[in-house]
Amino acid sequence: MKVIVPVKRVPDTAGEKKLDPNDRTVDRDGVESVLCPVNEFSIEEAVRLKEKHGAEVTVLLIGPDSAQPIVRKALSYGLDAAVQVTDDAISGSDALGTARVIAKALESMEWDLVVFGNQSADARTCLVPAAVGELLGVPSLTFARYLEVNGDEVVVHREHEEGWDVVSAQLPALVSVVEAINEPRYPSFKGIMAAKSKPLTVKSLADIGVDDGAVGLGAASATMYEFEPRPPKSAGTIVDDDGSGAAAAQLADWMAEKKFV
Amino acid sequence: MHTLPEEQRHLLELVQGFARTEVAPRADAFERASTFPRELFDQLGRMDLTGLPFPEEQGGSALPFRTYLLVLEELSRAFLALGLGLSVHTLATWGIDTFGTPEQRRRFVPDLVAGRLLGAYALSEPDAGSDAAAMSTRARRDGDGYRLDGVKAWVTHGGVADRYLVMARTGEAGARGISAFVVDADQPGLTVAPPESKLGMWASPTAQLVFEDAAVPADRLLGGEEGLGFRIAMASLDGGRLGIAACAVGLAQAALDVATTYARQREQFGRPIIEHQGVAFLLADMATRTEASRAVMLSVADRRDHAAGIGPYAGRDDAGTGYPITAPAAMAKLFATDATMQTTLDAVQVLGGAGYTTDHPAERYLREAKVLQIVEGTNQIQRLVIGRALARG
Repeated sequence: MKVIVPVKRVPDTAGEKKLDPNDRTVDRDGVESVLCPVNEFSIEEAVRLKEKHGAEVTVLLIGPDSAQPIVRKALSYGLDAAVQVTDDAISGSDALGTARVIAKALESMEWDLVVFGNQSADARTCLVPAAVGELLGVPSLTFARYLEVNGDEVVVHREHEEGWDVVSAQLPALVSVVEAINEPRYPSFKGIMAAKSKPLTVKSLADIGVDDGAVGLGAASATMYEFEPRPPKSAGTIVDDDGSGAAAAQLADWMAEKKFV
Repeated sequence: MHTLPEEQRHLLELVQGFARTEVAPRADAFERASTFPRELFDQLGRMDLTGLPFPEEQGGSALPFRTYLLVLEELSRAFLALGLGLSVHTLATWGIDTFGTPEQRRRFVPDLVAGRLLGAYALSEPDAGSDAAAMSTRARRDGDGYRLDGVKAWVTHGGVADRYLVMARTGEAGARGISAFVVDADQPGLTVAPPESKLGMWASPTAQLVFEDAAVPADRLLGGEEGLGFRIAMASLDGGRLGIAACAVGLAQAALDVATTYARQREQFGRPIIEHQGVAFLLADMATRTEASRAVMLSVADRRDHAAGIGPYAGRDDAGTGYPITAPAAMAKLFATDATMQTTLDAVQVLGGAGYTTDHPAERYLREAKVLQIVEGTNQIQRLVIGRALARG
């Protein structure tokens, strides 16, 4: 079985996020880049498929040369190879543009299953896995909190507000996983060292047959005209507890007013 | 930060991340429950961190001792019982790998290197502590093997370890009559006494091993020869003492971290207490002692690595025992652990009343520091070792 894990480079989730005033995209200067945290879960799931079914797992990353450490980081968990699609024209792509690149990249590779994270830590759209499925005409089983492969069938528990649905599809298929699906392991020291020598193929948009005009900021279906930094947090209301129970009533009223209860 | 090759930098990043997120937040709970953190040790094994200073053919990473000590420092900074646990495990593993016959090395070492088994070291006895050569545990030759009788004391990991390196007397009185055996936890005739009740290090069990007519096969006599035991025990301690120095540096750094953070936040007389000279000078001395301890530890480690030709046992003609580091390793252990005792004491003082409560880890660090002045040779024995080296000239 061949498995592909698309991963994303995102600004450090603990750091302050800023937008570049010139093109109104994420400002990466001075912000440390990390492997998107949700990918630790999708990678763990792929590693388990490797352990259980001997799957061959390839990492796919869309991003500039400077994102290569993120590819190596993904490989350090014990994955086999990587493909990185690098092209200046990709910069500023929206979810659909990104999905187009991923779909074309996938068309150029051999696979039975693609394991996405359900959303990236920076954009948080949850759109890409389903969009790639639509573009490829392949079933996409999203928000999986459980995944198993039986022969040529994939079964997932699809999480929703009231519980989960059991959904299955024939391979080839796409899956996106939520963080409840597993407990990711740490990479091993030998895994980190071995990651340096795993094969990494770099492809351009032309290599995978994507027209420059179909992606990037210019092709984005939404345009951002303006943005403002988040206003500073305002002082909260302080409720004094004098022991009479009035404070509890005041809190209950406040929660009712804000529709928390 | 010291200049490190890329490989070591990646390794330390891995260890720091693990120590910060998985180890440090759980240290207090393991201590209070007096439970050895076996799951954390297992995790170290899965991350290839239990075999750093061992040869690749044993499953190790063949890294210099310096790198291993820096890892030990980071783990001890997060949780001393885990750092000390890895140090003791490595001490026992190194002894078996260095002095074992090729067959013994193949049979006993890979599971220890991979962290699948936990190792321990049994030298002291109730009546033979600093004077280890006076031990009375006997190993009598009996047909194809040996019968062990006696009590080993102060065994770190006693009762939780899977494999013990045990010193016992096979011959004459004194050091030359001692041999080393590899004994597994399921050895018939071996029972483990209830763990000692201690001032600190509750998550690291210390217990007596009681041997009663325990039949140990001859192929578990380390090195395949009688009389090597004391030499094996002492050579293992050279590395072990550097390990304790690393544990001490990590603990001192933890105490300094807590005290500095507190002193920046706590305000008295209208400003953070770190801006009062009395407190700042305490912290300055703590930081200086810690830096100096780290420097002496690394300097001795470098001498050991270079004498060996770098990498595990690169020049192992004399099985790693002839490097002139016995006295320097004793100095590193002595200096770092005495410094850490003072630093953890000062950390409590910086936190004042808060430092005396269990709401902050400073009191725990103080209790933990004390044992480092005692284990792997009391600091008086370290001075004896250094003094004898000076007398020899």
